[in-house]
Amino acid sequence: MNTPAPTGCRDTPVLRERGQREVFCGLTGIIWLHRKMQDAFFLVVGSRTCAHLLQSAAGVMIFAEPRFGTAILEEKDLAGMADANTELDREVARLLARRPDIRQLFLVGSCPSEVIKLDLSRAAERLTAEHGPNVRVLNYSGSGIETTFTEGEDACLAALVPALPQTQARELLLVGALPDVVEDQALNLLEQIGIAPVRCLPARRAEDMPAIGPNTVYALTQPFLGETHAALTRRGAKRITAPFPFGAEGTTLWLKAVAAEFGIAPEKVDEVVAAPRARAEKAIAAAAATLRGKRIFFMPDSQLELPLARFLTRECGMEAVEISTPYLHADLHGPELDLIAKGPVISEGQDVDLQLDRVHATRPDLTVCGLGLANPLEAEGLATKWAIELVFTPVHFYEQAGDLASLFARPLRRRELLARQHPARMEAAE
Amino acid sequence: MKLAVWTYEGPPHVGAMRVATGMHNMHMVLHAPQGDTYADLLFTMIERRNHRPPVSYTTFQARDLGADTAGLFKSACQDAYDRFQPEALIVAASCTAELIQDDPGGLAETMGLPVPAIALELPSYQRKENFGCDEAFLQICRSLAKPMDRSERVTCNILGPTALGFRHRDDVAEITGLLSEMGIEVNVAAPMGAAPSDIKRMGAAHFNVLLYPETAESAARWLEKEHGQPFTKTIPIGANATRAFIDEVRALSGSTLPVDESRLRQPWWAASVDSTYLTGKRVFIFGDGTHVMAAAKVARDEMGFEVCGMGCYNREQARPLRALAKEFGLEALITDDYLDVEAAIEQAAPEMILGTQMERHIGKRLGIPCAVISAPVHVQDFPARNSPQMGFEGANVLFDTWVHPLVMGLEEHLLHMFREDFEFHDDAGPSHHGGHAPRADTSAPAAPAAAAEGASMAPPDASPQQVAAAHENVVWLSCAERELKKIPFFVRGKARRNTESYATEKGLNEISVDTLYEAKAHYAR
Repeated sequence: MNTPAPTGCRDTPVLRERGQREVFCGLTGIIWLHRKMQDAFFLVVGSRTCAHLLQSAAGVMIFAEPRFGTAILEEKDLAGMADANTELDREVARLLARRPDIRQLFLVGSCPSEVIKLDLSRAAERLTAEHGPNVRVLNYSGSGIETTFTEGEDACLAALVPALPQTQARELLLVGALPDVVEDQALNLLEQIGIAPVRCLPARRAEDMPAIGPNTVYALTQPFLGETHAALTRRGAKRITAPFPFGAEGTTLWLKAVAAEFGIAPEKVDEVVAAPRARAEKAIAAAAATLRGKRIFFMPDSQLELPLARFLTRECGMEAVEISTPYLHADLHGPELDLIAKGPVISEGQDVDLQLDRVHATRPDLTVCGLGLANPLEAEGLATKWAIELVFTPVHFYEQAGDLASLFARPLRRRELLARQHPARMEAAE
Repeated sequence: MKLAVWTYEGPPHVGAMRVATGMHNMHMVLHAPQGDTYADLLFTMIERRNHRPPVSYTTFQARDLGADTAGLFKSACQDAYDRFQPEALIVAASCTAELIQDDPGGLAETMGLPVPAIALELPSYQRKENFGCDEAFLQICRSLAKPMDRSERVTCNILGPTALGFRHRDDVAEITGLLSEMGIEVNVAAPMGAAPSDIKRMGAAHFNVLLYPETAESAARWLEKEHGQPFTKTIPIGANATRAFIDEVRALSGSTLPVDESRLRQPWWAASVDSTYLTGKRVFIFGDGTHVMAAAKVARDEMGFEVCGMGCYNREQARPLRALAKEFGLEALITDDYLDVEAAIEQAAPEMILGTQMERHIGKRLGIPCAVISAPVHVQDFPARNSPQMGFEGANVLFDTWVHPLVMGLEEHLLHMFREDFEFHDDAGPSHHGGHAPRADTSAPAAPAAAAEGASMAPPDASPQQVAAAHENVVWLSCAERELKKIPFFVRGKARRNTESYATEKGLNEISVDTLYEAKAHYAR
């Protein structure tokens, strides 16, 4: 299973498209990052559109406790009547005075701030000098012209790397923002296997940020961390190559790859994971009864598409029609491609109208897509799974594998339940 | 530069999208970076639309900026025309595209498309969503509405409904029915529901009914000037305003047909003895100017409430709102900063808020019931049932929705009489709401933490400290504090505030149980 299967998709020619991309920009990552890093504030330097996006993407669920905001550029900031840097310094000073709990402040670049070439890295240096050591100010770009959806998290973590302290310790680093409960499960499994201490990037609080160095080895938990991977490599750390820990198989392969790096035999891993793995397989089997034999089409969204397609085809018996990713990172996604049986179209980028033509032509049983497309496709009689739920829901490792499978099964089960009333479902707004 | 945490209005191009999405056979080409397509989900999720909004985005990225973004726009325009074959196109730029100055209007003009390409100038760094609606609809009318003969029968146009509007769907149906009762046919309702070919024949109407000044006042004024069509000034929200609207329409149309009021229940519902408890309820009203002004009159004149504060987030309506507030003896709050609104509500300590989804959350935090009367919208503002705000059925809906969040009259008495009852107690809230829970379960809600968080976000000059500071020389003696706690939660804020004001007025610096009851007698009505 570890060796590239002769039927894998690694050599499948990739369909590359450029046209309208129906995707979020990297600012969206703030919605989960501000929850993960409990003493961080994310200040977007942008326009009313950026503020509106965050509000719309976040919904009103987190209204009560915003640890993010937008410094909205106004006419006078653009026309040179006001020095944007002076304005920014003033807003940051006001913000920090009001929020003494903030230890890390991220200045997040946006499309407008990139286009007017506002230098946020210099601003971050200047503001760190002014407000340090209590507050560390960092910057990254979450702009749509540079980042697609989850690449915002990648840019944020990559911005953290150069500031991490140096160490010579041989330690394992887990990279990727996971819900705390999932992260704790992973740390617990690794400890039982005999790997400790394990550090996490990002840490939940600023003072717990890991140190790294040439003896650090790291394992990515998310498939969209290409820039962070490059930044860690530049610091001399070494990546453990593995499929991503989705599903029972993915989690096992990931743990075994990590164990191997620390000289621990796969049999030890099998022994430790026997119980949670059996639980995961049982939970997956329940959802797989609905999913088996169904055809799935992935629109590009989060870069989770390849690992999820691998999970759904190998562990849930689904057939992939097209697997589309906003960006195909050959190095990180290669192990996934090896495991996916030949057959599906592998595509990168998007021309949404052409892609919808293919959805209409192939009429998959389930289409994974963004919120802008889901209801229109449902109204045409095509079942959908909102892609954004896959990044907002705990889905990694054994204990969540059943939840992950049922996220895909639920729309199909719901369709069956409502089947008799199908005509009524079409009565949506014109 | 201004720090915003939550905003009442989106950028102007979202307003233009609301106009385009409401229409048929119209397509919008938006020069915008990757990511701006998030706006689609507003329509498909919040409003549950079954079609993608008719908008093509250029979704340029960094690599395109060095190359040919203008070419990208032209090919997006051509592709959109070829694929969707609209009767007309709207072309515009979002905030980022405005900076790169490709001039979508000029580019579209050079393309020789066989349909009108209507260019919009949307200054993203100065204006907001409502302006975008208003401007887009104005430019569509200017480009397409042609002079023509009036229809033989008396007809009117309905102006203002858009996609993502607060109850626009139901208001249009209600007012169309009312007009039909008066013998007046609707020539065109626009922008929502109209095609460019319908806009062309708007000139056939004898007059216009302007339902939403926020989205269509400029078009109404232009149609009045260019096509000689007068428009109605009364917004038919509430029973009184609906009657005034009917009078206005009669004056414009010459209609003399009687209007059946038998469906109107709101006046009797307000007059019946069960509603006595509503008398003098202090309400704070915030939202878009039009809905706030209408709600203030309904609250005072039709519900018997006391309006203790009002304001709007769209400064375009600041002038008439200020004038109305003055008539109510109030100073209008004109701001789009929800922290200012929160501070004002906290200070006014109303018994109820009539607001937007933002005020609903402020109310949750402060423990004040809230009914939603205005955009910005939320998925809950698109009920499956018919639920207009306008016309006689709208008046009925207002009564129901405004009363729903309150503790009901008889229950108020039960709370007074049986304060320590396991079922009727302070923490339970109104018994017809889901939050009605046994006391033990409500011991550690998340609200205090959230409130603290919210308060710490407030500007230093507008936080709760100021409320305290207003009475900083007044100290509650512990016996009075205990007595205050015996007063049910829904009037406690009012009692505290009245007692403190009374003490300050009398130059007292301590509040005893006697002070509390003296204040009660002083304010008794």
